[in-house]
Amino acid sequence: MASTPTPTRRTLERHGLSDEQLKTIFRTMLLQRQLDNRGFQLNRQGKVPFALGSEGHEALQAGAAMAFVRGQDILAPYYRDLGLSIGIGLSPYEIMLSIFARADDHNGGRQFPNHYSSKRAGLMSFSSILAAHIPHAVGAAYAFKYRKETGRAVLVTFGDGTTSEGEWHESMNFAAVHKLPIVFLCENNQWAISTPLALQMGQPNIYKRADGYGMPGEQFDGFDPLATYDAVSRAMERARNGGGPTLLEGVCYRFLAHSTDDNDMTYRTREDVTERRKGDPVPRFENLLLESDIMNAEQVAAMKQDVLRETNEATDKAEAMPFPAADDLYKHVYEGAWEPWQ
Amino acid sequence: MAVATSSSQVLNNVEAVRATLYEALKADDKVVILGEDVGNRGNVFLITKDFVKEFGTERIIDTPIAEASIVGIAVGMAMEGLRPIAEIQFADFIYPAFNQIVGEAAKTRYRSNGEYTVPMVIRTPYGGGVRGALSHSVSVEALFYHVPGLKIVVPSFPADVKGLLNAAIDDPDPVLFLEHKKTYRLIKGEVPDGHYVIPIGKANVKKEGSQLTVVSYGLYVHWALEAANQLEGDGMSVEVIDLRSVRPMDKTAILESVRKTRKLLIIHEDNKFGGIGAEISAMVAEEALFDLDAPIRRLAAPDVPAMGYAMPLEEAYMSSPAKMAEAMRDMVKF
Repeated sequence: MASTPTPTRRTLERHGLSDEQLKTIFRTMLLQRQLDNRGFQLNRQGKVPFALGSEGHEALQAGAAMAFVRGQDILAPYYRDLGLSIGIGLSPYEIMLSIFARADDHNGGRQFPNHYSSKRAGLMSFSSILAAHIPHAVGAAYAFKYRKETGRAVLVTFGDGTTSEGEWHESMNFAAVHKLPIVFLCENNQWAISTPLALQMGQPNIYKRADGYGMPGEQFDGFDPLATYDAVSRAMERARNGGGPTLLEGVCYRFLAHSTDDNDMTYRTREDVTERRKGDPVPRFENLLLESDIMNAEQVAAMKQDVLRETNEATDKAEAMPFPAADDLYKHVYEGAWEPWQ
Repeated sequence: MAVATSSSQVLNNVEAVRATLYEALKADDKVVILGEDVGNRGNVFLITKDFVKEFGTERIIDTPIAEASIVGIAVGMAMEGLRPIAEIQFADFIYPAFNQIVGEAAKTRYRSNGEYTVPMVIRTPYGGGVRGALSHSVSVEALFYHVPGLKIVVPSFPADVKGLLNAAIDDPDPVLFLEHKKTYRLIKGEVPDGHYVIPIGKANVKKEGSQLTVVSYGLYVHWALEAANQLEGDGMSVEVIDLRSVRPMDKTAILESVRKTRKLLIIHEDNKFGGIGAEISAMVAEEALFDLDAPIRRLAAPDVPAMGYAMPLEEAYMSSPAKMAEAMRDMVKF
């Protein structure tokens, strides 16, 4: 995969972000990793049946979340977007309710972990079926344009694997025809479960497909939260102001197996992953903040402690909550009372 | 014979769909129509003819030829507060949209614990008898009626088309609205003026009778009525029920009728295996077996993939009033 760009760029360019915003990005990254690992730990402890990892996506998601305007934009995410979801306003407690499948979870314990939905946060409901959510995001963007709600945009995310789906293509095409306020953000982690990029597409630079649809395309280092913020905020701003859709490709890497039910050593080697870990975006951004005197070592240590405390508290609180009642199975099939066929 | 009055007019089924869509567009600017050739062409049956001139291209959306996203984009519009009416040009083309209907539209309310809903209508012409060959004549209702979360309406008469389409547009959940294309211009009837709603899930007893219950829907309701009326002249009394909706299904109406006549014949254009008649038969067997005086019978299409283009292949696939009358006579005499 010689043509696959390797994330290497480091930059002190802050793209207009304040110190507080830079720290927020870092904290979101730390929290994502902590919550992500917590899901795997709980699975190994036998407390939850399943967890999905997002290690390696932290910079991309925290940077993109900073470009999202709460109460205004809409996020149509996919199942690896833990960091984006907390970055736009879901709490660690809400994440843990999802992991533990408790009654107070937004989905009432119905969906897999990481399949959040929250009208409050502007996070659209989605299923596990890849690319099925992309036309939904386009429909929401159409509604914004139809109602002349300039200043609002939809951010829709997906992995490299999803770009092979027909609905991905159909959605890109429709959004371009109607110049809709939407940003298509690909989190290219190089793997579709076990299938590497080279077996997924003949053109490994996903962003280049934008040209075929008649929209701008841009690739950036997905291990760099500031490069991510820069690209996503420019594209979102263009979308909000009538400039139409953009295809963005952030290049990152999936450090963990696809899920707790996957063994990635059946299709890649430990050495492959170790090599990629050298570019781990979390310590890399930590060093950048230290080297540029935005945080000192004590502050970083305190933030890590605080993130661990918050994760522990959210874990304990969610675990103590009840499961949904069995009768909840019959709720929300249709609006109102519904008598099941039997 | 349908007669127009001061408070009604005589319309065929195409005109009834068109009039209802027009009124919905006038009444609520959240209503948008999207589909292939619905704009400048005005739909292949001219159902939306000239709508784009009055309501504009933002509300009458000519889409690319991409059925999955026609439905998928409508799902997103509905989740974000619009009232989309998606059109699939022919029901035969609905398969690419299967996941969006079954996996997404029907499950969004459920999977989000009621937080997100999909109030949308998917309209599509279906059915044979029009030389439509393999890919312009299928019945798709049985492929979808297995799915909780979805409602499926199959009207036969112009007044029902209007009342049920209004109900579908007002409905807070996704509705698949199937229009039999052979009835489009063949069937005329009085349609009341103004806005009215016929509840989804309510069958209609089109003809009362005492010796046999016939349950049908779509084009075959008309043929079943023709057959039942013939038998009436021979002194046989057949009750004909137009289901109008196949999900939810009007269990009460079917059971009430079967308990009265004690015999049940289900007639549909779709093939027999796993069809609507299978569920009705099972339900009646579970609920009313000891009220029956004869085995339940299903008159349905042969178990082949589709009707052919050549006339003999189409005729052999389709039923007819004569075949229906024969089946009814056998059942009454049983």
